[in-house]
Amino acid sequence: MSVIEFTLIVLIGSCFAGLVGSLTGLGGGFIIIPLLTIFLHVDIKYAIGASLVSIIATSSGSAAAYVKEGITNMRLGMFLEIATTLGAVCGAMLAMYIPTHYLAIILGVILILSALLSLRKKAQQIVTHKNDLAAKLKLNGSYPTADGVVNYHVSKVGGGFVVMLFAGLLSGLLGIGSGALKVLAMDSIMRIPFKVSTTTSNFMIGVTGAASAVVYLQRGYIDPEIAMPVVIGVLIGALVGSKILVNSTSSGWLRWTFVVVVIFLASQLIYNGIMGKI
Amino acid sequence: MQAVIGWVLRLGVIVSVSVVIFGGIVYIYRHGHEVASHARFAGVPDFVKINGIIGGILTFRGRAIIQAGIILLIATPILRVFFSAISFMLEKDYMYVCISLLVLCIIFFSLINGHVGG
Repeated sequence: MSVIEFTLIVLIGSCFAGLVGSLTGLGGGFIIIPLLTIFLHVDIKYAIGASLVSIIATSSGSAAAYVKEGITNMRLGMFLEIATTLGAVCGAMLAMYIPTHYLAIILGVILILSALLSLRKKAQQIVTHKNDLAAKLKLNGSYPTADGVVNYHVSKVGGGFVVMLFAGLLSGLLGIGSGALKVLAMDSIMRIPFKVSTTTSNFMIGVTGAASAVVYLQRGYIDPEIAMPVVIGVLIGALVGSKILVNSTSSGWLRWTFVVVVIFLASQLIYNGIMGKI
Repeated sequence: MQAVIGWVLRLGVIVSVSVVIFGGIVYIYRHGHEVASHARFAGVPDFVKINGIIGGILTFRGRAIIQAGIILLIATPILRVFFSAISFMLEKDYMYVCISLLVLCIIFFSLINGHVGG
């Protein structure tokens, strides 16, 4: 395969990954790593490095819009970034020592779990009872809706913090944004309204990715030849995806289709990992 | 200040991706017909060190330009934390100035540690 063919194939695959990632809310990394490793036989650590760079791009790009709208809780994001960056640094260091086929198996399992998590019904909840730590850290906030400003309180700060450590660890280890886990922690543990948790999770992914990307970069796992088409493709896909999301609200069947695709790719990863082919 | 942070993020992505695209065009133009192989880890390239990147850009090497774009991209969210720290400083919220600086410290620790081990 010549360089020009390789670049074009990765570019098209990444566009698809970015599109699926933004439509399902799973993020582009989820699709691009199995695509690169299974179909193009790229070393999984190169794939993780390229994925990390692409999630930084998409997260920063979309965070810019949400921050302006005032939905993102910047204090909450900054506070939880202590946990996610700490986890990410540990994850990235760990990834340097774990054999590649184990990484493939772990990634496959996490992929399936996240895909299933993304199907979960999202109930909008507003908690107003007091939590001392949340008040001390000024985490309680408000966000604009069509019916005016909604105030909310944050619960179980410690529990959320611990889950964020783990989310950061996975992000550094596997090069994914682990947005599904971050949103889960904020939704079901910290009881934050869904709109705030998704945008704040997205806001944190960039910094979390950067904390582990510096490790991958210096170890030579971010290869410019692979990262270039991945970043450009995922960004294009994500932009198109966000336009589609704005125009259509009922994407139930779309979600299901993608979940099936993701589970197929993940089982390939696990199979190849167990057979020692990755 | 939220607008400033929004702009830092947006501008960072636009500038760095433009650099990556430009480097990509240069790289494809010069190496487009060579054989691509990424099946095995090939070791740490020259473009990891600042000197290697600057040297590469001066000699117009596509991969070095792409790598410079990627570094700008990685720097974007880090810069955002830095601007958040300034924003909290202006609000006189010193607890969050410390939290922002702590996040920056963790990233710098990662930067230094990754280097030593490599």
